[in-house]
Amino acid sequence: MSTAQAVGDLVSQPYKYGFVTDIETEKIAKGLSEDVVRLISSKKQEPPFLLEFRLRAYRQWLQMQEPDWATLGYPPIDYQDIIYYAAPKQQDKKTSLDEVDPKLLETFDKLGIPLSEQKRLSNVAVDAVFDSVSIATTYKEKLAEHGVIFCSISEAVKEYPPLIERYLGTVVPITDNYFAALNSAVFSDGSFVFIPKGVDCPMELSTYFRINSGDTGQFERTLIVAEEGASVSYLEGCTAPMFDTNQLHAAVVELVALDDASIKYSTVQNWYAGDENGVGGIYNFVTKRGQCRGDRSKISWTQVETGSAITWKYPSCVLQGAESVGEFYSVALTNHRQQADTGTKMIHVGPRTRSTIVSKGISAGRSANSYRGLVQMGPKAVGAKNYSQCDSMLIGDQAAANTYPYIRSQQPQAAVEHEASTCRISEDQLFYLQSRGIGFEEAVSMMVSGFCRDVFNQLPMEFAAEADKLLALKLEGSVG
Amino acid sequence: MIRPDAPVLLEIKDLHARVEDKAILKGVNLTVRAGEIHAVMGRNGSGKSTLSKVLAGHPAYTVTAGVVTYRGQDLLALDPELRARIGVFLGFQYPVEIPGVSNLEFLRVATNARRAEQGAEELDTFAFEDLVRERLKVVQMDPAFLDRSVNEGFSGGEKKRNEILQMALLEPLVAILDETDSGLDIDALRIVAGGVNQLANADNATVLITHYQRLLDAITPDYVHVMAAGRILRTGGKELALDLEERGYDWVDQELAAQAPVPLEVA
Repeated sequence: MSTAQAVGDLVSQPYKYGFVTDIETEKIAKGLSEDVVRLISSKKQEPPFLLEFRLRAYRQWLQMQEPDWATLGYPPIDYQDIIYYAAPKQQDKKTSLDEVDPKLLETFDKLGIPLSEQKRLSNVAVDAVFDSVSIATTYKEKLAEHGVIFCSISEAVKEYPPLIERYLGTVVPITDNYFAALNSAVFSDGSFVFIPKGVDCPMELSTYFRINSGDTGQFERTLIVAEEGASVSYLEGCTAPMFDTNQLHAAVVELVALDDASIKYSTVQNWYAGDENGVGGIYNFVTKRGQCRGDRSKISWTQVETGSAITWKYPSCVLQGAESVGEFYSVALTNHRQQADTGTKMIHVGPRTRSTIVSKGISAGRSANSYRGLVQMGPKAVGAKNYSQCDSMLIGDQAAANTYPYIRSQQPQAAVEHEASTCRISEDQLFYLQSRGIGFEEAVSMMVSGFCRDVFNQLPMEFAAEADKLLALKLEGSVG
Repeated sequence: MIRPDAPVLLEIKDLHARVEDKAILKGVNLTVRAGEIHAVMGRNGSGKSTLSKVLAGHPAYTVTAGVVTYRGQDLLALDPELRARIGVFLGFQYPVEIPGVSNLEFLRVATNARRAEQGAEELDTFAFEDLVRERLKVVQMDPAFLDRSVNEGFSGGEKKRNEILQMALLEPLVAILDETDSGLDIDALRIVAGGVNQLANADNATVLITHYQRLLDAITPDYVHVMAAGRILRTGGKELALDLEERGYDWVDQELAAQAPVPLEVA
């Protein structure tokens, strides 16, 4: 068997999280209309300002066109054939985990996210979202002692409406893009984090998203606010069962960092990617943006994207405050027929702002992996600097890698640096490692994780090993 | 050191191999016993490097006939990594660079793979660090090379020292060193040859593949084999190498032409 073939087999592993939890679900009828938006809002007993927000977004969305500029190909999405709200049948959110349906706890256990008191990760607080609702948030009390708010966004709407009203939609306005408008109209749940002035969040925060229903769209909304001098590290993980239909996932994440605040946002995305022929899988159309509003604030995005049939995602930073810092570290692995068009936008507004972009794309099978990034230096961005590095690794000879870097500068005293490279795992490198006793799979995974090391180093300790394992899993299998 | 009663480590019988459609090895025979140092010499294109790659299991080469046994076991039936684990080592003529993979981690994983096969316990990072620091002395290598990516940005001499370091860690029973002297200056050659000499003992064997006498000035072979057109044409003692140095390879061509059962390949 040729090396290319063997590597191909290696990256073609079955998806481990493809099971469906058999649980009674309350769903509304398929389709989207103003009535559906109102229904979602009333099911969630929302205050009037939020219903208004949703309706404005819906009307906006009706007038928008689905974007088609990405290097992606997929049949038209029928937005009337999607269920916009699904929730496991149980009463209001439980105050104690003992009251949560054991089937749900079991599901998260199986996903490696234990929620029960004895087994939970000792220094990570988790918000677990199942289909459209948050089912549990751990360590809330402990966080509250430090003044940190960590809860589902639905809960935040009820408990802290002024904070929501003040920040929701201020980083990603409803007019931003087609998918952001759709999300603003129908978002179901997601996480809310608020770190008050001067507080260094005492533990890692994490949200785990699980899609369970087959015909449901998932529209989460996450909002993280770090006040002056506050800091937080947040991680998001996601999986979905295997269905032979495509499910739409259109999330919005907004981050706000005030003076001297710092937010580190990490994602390990492992949605179902479809089978080797490209049947099924998640359509992941996500808008993530952070605003460094304050001086010397910092927002750092780290993403490990391994799943989804289609990924359309550009976590971005708006660097408003003087000397604020934006970072984007990304690993995107595509295999089979997966398509990813992902990258970032660094919008330098304030003086002496700095940004770093490190993107690593790995394409295997017949997949297509594109990096698309914008670095913009505004007229006031005196002395601003950007450094970008985009590397692609090709596995086999049928995969594609593209790089689309856009640079716009209106400030002569700003510096933009861009480096790009493409490499291939060569037969000679593999043979070299093998001839030292290292098995084929381990050799491939050593090279892939070596390629991704700059990015993995940015992940929180607890998750770096996890990400490494996830990639190894995607690359694991029998050697022919 | 030749001891007729020493156990046979490697036995090659009538080995034929090709790369793509081109037949390169056309009936190689060679027996290597414990304690011996063999030198395989020959012109470019004679099949020397192919022999080393076939023994290590490079996927680009296909064995079309013949048998290779290593300590009685069918070597050709094993994947490359298994051959390495049971004690067959290939020192590369051109060690490849592997960006992003730490040299230290690579050496540790390789050493542990070999140890696991031998039933020895796995070395953790700390224990391995002690071992590697001790073995670095064999090739007088700067520990700074451990923190770099495998061979990345190494000079020719540094790459070859890294090869011998791997050999020092893996403790193979049969080490095949392909043109280990190529691209080395006098000092580096001395260090690399010194390393090979230190590692040779009564239980293992070394097969040196080389063009030049100068490596054999530093490492004294027990046997010298001359390869031509994919076969071992003549075998002798260390004086055969000196003879080659003096007379060149022209006589090899004549001898081949005289034998003529195998058509002469254009080198």
